[in-house]
Amino acid sequence: MVKSKGTKAADLVIAFICVLLIIACLLPMLNIAARSLSSTEAIIRGEVLLWPKGWNLTAYRLVLSDSRYTWSLGWTAILTVICTFVSMTMTTLCAYPLIYDKLKGRRLFNTLILFTMYFNAGTIPHYLLYKDLGLLNNPLVLIIPNSLSVFYMIIMRTFFYSIPDSLRESAEIDGASPVRILFSIYLPLSKPVIATLSLFYAVGRWNGFSDALMYMNDRRWHPIQLLLYNILKSITSIEVATQEGFASAPGLSDTLQSATVVFATVPILLVYPWLQKYFISGATLGALKD
Amino acid sequence: MALPFSARRRSAVNYLRKYWSLYAMLSIPLAYFIIFRYIPMTYIQIAFKRYSIVQNVWDMPLARNNGLEYFIRAFSNRDFLYAVRNTFMLNFLDLVIGFPAPIILALLLNELPYKRFKRFTQSVAYMPHFLSWIIISGLAVQLFTPTNGLFNIVLKRLGFSPIPFLNHPTYWVFTYVLLGVWKNVGWNTIIYLAALTNINPELYEAAAIDGAGRFQRIRYITLPGLKPTIVTLLILSLGHILSSEFDRPMALGNSLVHSVSNVIATFVYTYGIRGLQFSLAAAVGLFQSVVCVVFLMAANALAKRFGERGIW
Repeated sequence: MVKSKGTKAADLVIAFICVLLIIACLLPMLNIAARSLSSTEAIIRGEVLLWPKGWNLTAYRLVLSDSRYTWSLGWTAILTVICTFVSMTMTTLCAYPLIYDKLKGRRLFNTLILFTMYFNAGTIPHYLLYKDLGLLNNPLVLIIPNSLSVFYMIIMRTFFYSIPDSLRESAEIDGASPVRILFSIYLPLSKPVIATLSLFYAVGRWNGFSDALMYMNDRRWHPIQLLLYNILKSITSIEVATQEGFASAPGLSDTLQSATVVFATVPILLVYPWLQKYFISGATLGALKD
Repeated sequence: MALPFSARRRSAVNYLRKYWSLYAMLSIPLAYFIIFRYIPMTYIQIAFKRYSIVQNVWDMPLARNNGLEYFIRAFSNRDFLYAVRNTFMLNFLDLVIGFPAPIILALLLNELPYKRFKRFTQSVAYMPHFLSWIIISGLAVQLFTPTNGLFNIVLKRLGFSPIPFLNHPTYWVFTYVLLGVWKNVGWNTIIYLAALTNINPELYEAAAIDGAGRFQRIRYITLPGLKPTIVTLLILSLGHILSSEFDRPMALGNSLVHSVSNVIATFVYTYGIRGLQFSLAAAVGLFQSVVCVVFLMAANALAKRFGERGIW
């Protein structure tokens, strides 16, 4: 198809818009990286845009030598691994039996599970339950209560449905038990969906902070996002105080805060490019659910 | 067909022998749903009761006004009324600005003829979705600082006065919505782009032969192809017009913008978990849950009336 000049010009305009979008996505990251590597004076003078001025690594050295950060990063990493494993086990245990159409009570189980997607008891009832169960300030509260997402379970079930029934039936005729079929047929064929959902769970845990904010007062068990939140709040309150006319209080410097943000972001940015295709296939699977 | 008793029992035994492991597997997630989703529902009654730390929920005394005291108190609480208004306002702005944005972007990406550049744009645009609101708040604080943030440096160099993007209610609402678009516009195109791949390419070829221009193709082929997806997502958004995010206003808000950043979820947190007014906060939470379900059902019914598939 021969393209007219007008069409070509329009294509270039669209490409230009996309370039603007790319810049908009990358700009905040470049800015924060630049600030984390600059000297405090250069930042205060308003000289730092996208390239560090007065190059220094002090902030990174400070972050790495502060045991609060390193412990919190390590703890969040461990927590993420544990949560992902628990969540994937729960999701599989829930999704797999539900694909058996001969399973008695399946409709009831489905209704029970789906109902929780639309009606939620709310924050306070959950809080009081955890209190009664002794989960408050217990690290388990960051692992168990949100270990199973109905939405992800549906994605997994949809994937299981796409595996032909005939495979399962022939294995049944050969005398394989449901557990055996799960491990030797379904799980090996479901690697893409397992990868996708593991990533979603892992990112959710890495990024989660509200459960820790509400149910965990013990600072030792604070995940990195909550630590970051507390730092940010202390900084903005200083800024607010300054703006309201109080003398500027000496607080955590912008460089230090930027370095902390970089530390919490880098793990995501590192895994993202490699695992992108899984993320996308997961989003599409979610869209096609019925 | 009625089987003799012994045969029926034999088939039941066979059934169980075959499938007991499925029930064993399912029992763990079912226990999870009962403990962490259904038992909390029994605690909803504290919205109608006077909370007491020493008593079981079932034994607590009914609140005054036939148990409606805390609902009356909520609706005469200015903070709560503001929270309802803010929740509605922020969600409405998200809907008006944030909902069409990914559709427009998907249409643009679909028209982009440079395949590798298209893929690169997508990769970059999906990325902000994976950053938490805390991180985005950290990025925003540095980017928008009135004295030395990038935006205000540029504004100053262009001769404008600095704008308090995060510290003034009006600007804060604008920043809140904008950051929402920034985080999700790329990611939300995925659904639309997937829907676009289902459009029969022959339609485009036929349109090209008939001499249809770019806008005509979008108007008569692409948009109708996206319509079911758009309607489904619109129902969900309408249904969630009074549900509130927690992380986002918590992370972006501060005491200067409390008048607009205080939404229902943060109200429940401040009054319930920080202020220990459990009954009041539970009443507010129940109000929100019920309104959400009603809105979702109404939006779904509306969609069905317009001949769309709905969400259930």
